[in-house]
Order: sequence, then structure tokens, then C-alpha cells
Amino acid sequence: MIVGVTYDLLRWEERNLIQEATKLGHKVIPIYTKDFYHLFSEDNQFQNLDVVLQRNTSHQRALSTSLIFETLGYNVINDSRTLINCENKLITTALLSRHNIKVPKTAIAFSKDKALEVASKLGYPAVIKPIEGSWGRMVAKAVDEDTLRSFLEYQDYTSVGFKNVYYIQEFVKKPDRDIRIFVIGDEAPVGIYRVNTKNWRTNTALGAIAEPLKIDDELKDLALKVKEVIGGFFLGIDVFEDKERGYLVDEVNGVPEFKNTVRVNQFNLSEYLIRKIEEWIRK
Amino acid sequence: MVTLKCPVCGGQVNVEDDALPGEIVEHECGAQLEVYKENGKLALRLAEQVGEDWGE
Ligand SMILES: [Zn+2]
Repeated sequence: MIVGVTYDLLRWEERNLIQEATKLGHKVIPIYTKDFYHLFSEDNQFQNLDVVLQRNTSHQRALSTSLIFETLGYNVINDSRTLINCENKLITTALLSRHNIKVPKTAIAFSKDKALEVASKLGYPAVIKPIEGSWGRMVAKAVDEDTLRSFLEYQDYTSVGFKNVYYIQEFVKKPDRDIRIFVIGDEAPVGIYRVNTKNWRTNTALGAIAEPLKIDDELKDLALKVKEVIGGFFLGIDVFEDKERGYLVDEVNGVPEFKNTVRVNQFNLSEYLIRKIEEWIRK
Repeated sequence: MVTLKCPVCGGQVNVEDDALPGEIVEHECGAQLEVYKENGKLALRLAEQVGEDWGE
């Protein structure tokens, strides 16, 4: 195959994907977004790519380049529709709940008054998140109404997009960890626990420690159902464990990082992904 | 290896021949540098700061 890898920052993941695809005998064409342009009226500058792997760190660049390569008729992993579904937390939550996938209790409001009113229904502590954004940045836990009021005010003065949409969630009393499970093609082959005893946010970017996860059938079925609803070929799904309700899906990542997953599971995710793409392309 | 100039301190930075644009190189002066291509040759510039729309 000829594999295009579109990226803006060459992280461990991108380097590893390029290496493993090359090892499997494929031709890899790295596409550095900042050196890339597209003129719609002109011919495609890339001939015969069998697949484009979307690896841009910036969501805008990821969405834009996926869309362009789709327009050129290529298979893109992940496609722009999936990236939209993943990046905007309101879209993710809406799609999941419409298809009866359990999510943390989530409220949306468009004014501070209503945000406070609905938060009192959720109860405290409550979690407020920017509806776009990641690595746990600017996700805050409000212990009471007074604190939430301050966070709402902070949101008003940030430069994040959608700042007048307030996305508020119950604080799930999960163990000191959450689950990150990967979907690759029609499988959910690997995952990790992200354990953090010091910070309630369990992103590895915020110092959580990765531990291997044994994937039970329930978790696997859940992951594949999420994929059906969100779309895409390669997803990282964040799941909370709730004592009463079981698994709750928190977020879905359309350009997932996987360095720690590979390390703690001794699982060659890049190779697995490339092989699944081979199968998919052959069909 | 190619030897490039650090745009921050002016010191020498060794970069692998097969480095790709977008690779991040840490320099001893503390700068985070990004490899890019200028007229077909590898060069270094200050790495882009993490943007608001970054991350997984
Ligand atoms: Zn320097």
C-alpha cells in the first residue's frame, strides 16, 4: 500500500507508525501539514495513496486535511465526520445518549443563570469543561455553587471557542482511574487504566500512570457500539467505572495518542493498525 | 548527521539526516526547536506553542 501520514508535529506515535508501515513493506509518504496546500481547481498533487492516516495534533488542521483528502477520493482514517463527532463534546454526548450508550449526567446551558440552575439539579461537585479541547485542559471541578460561578466567569473571558455554551457534568465517583480503550477496525484489542491518585483528572498528559487493562466482553461490546455511533476506524475511548451504573463513556478521541498503551501492554499498536488497514483496503 | 544552527542561541545542533519536518529537537540552551525545510534543506525554528485546539 501507499500510506500517507498527515501530521503537524512528529511525535513518537507518528514516527512509530511510519516505521512499522515501512517494515511491513508499505510505502509511506509523510505529509507535513505546514508544507501542504490544496488548490481545488488543480489536480491532486498526491497520486495513488491507498489510505491517509490523520495524525495532526491541531484539531483544525486534522479536520481540514481529512476533509481535503476525502474530497480527493481517498480513504482517510479518521474521516472528517468522525473528527467532528469526537472533537465537540456536545455532539459526542448527544450521539451517544441518542443511541442509549451511558454517559455521565451532562447538562448544557447558554446563560450563566441557567447553568447554575441546572448544576443544582446535577448536584455538587460538578465538572465544567470547554466543549472543545483536550488533554484535560481547563476542565474544572466546582465543589459548590460559588466555585462554579467563578468558573463560569472564567469561561466568559477565555478565548476558547463556544464560550457561551456551558457544558457541565456530574462528578462521577470513579475509582482513582479511568479506562482508555482503543478501537481498531472492528476490534477493540488493547487498552489501559489511567491511574492518578493525586489528581482527579486521569489524563496521562496530567501525570496519570498507565497500567495494562484486561478487556472484558462488556467493555469490548461497548467500544464497538461507540464506534458504530461515532464512526471512524481508529478511536480512543475514555470510560468511567461507576459503582451503580457500570461503564459510562466520557469522551472519544479521533486522533488518539498511544505511546503509553504500547509501552505497558507490550502491544505493537502501529503494526496492528496497519494490518487492519490492509484487510480493510483489500475488501 | 547534519549540523544546523540554533535560532535561539546560535549554537550547533546535530540533526539526523533522515529527520522529517515537524520533528522536535531539544537544544542544550533550553529551546524547543522544530525541524522544517527551507529551499529543500533542513533548518530549525522555534517550535510552535501548544494551541488551544491541540490534543487528544
Ligand atoms: Zn540553542
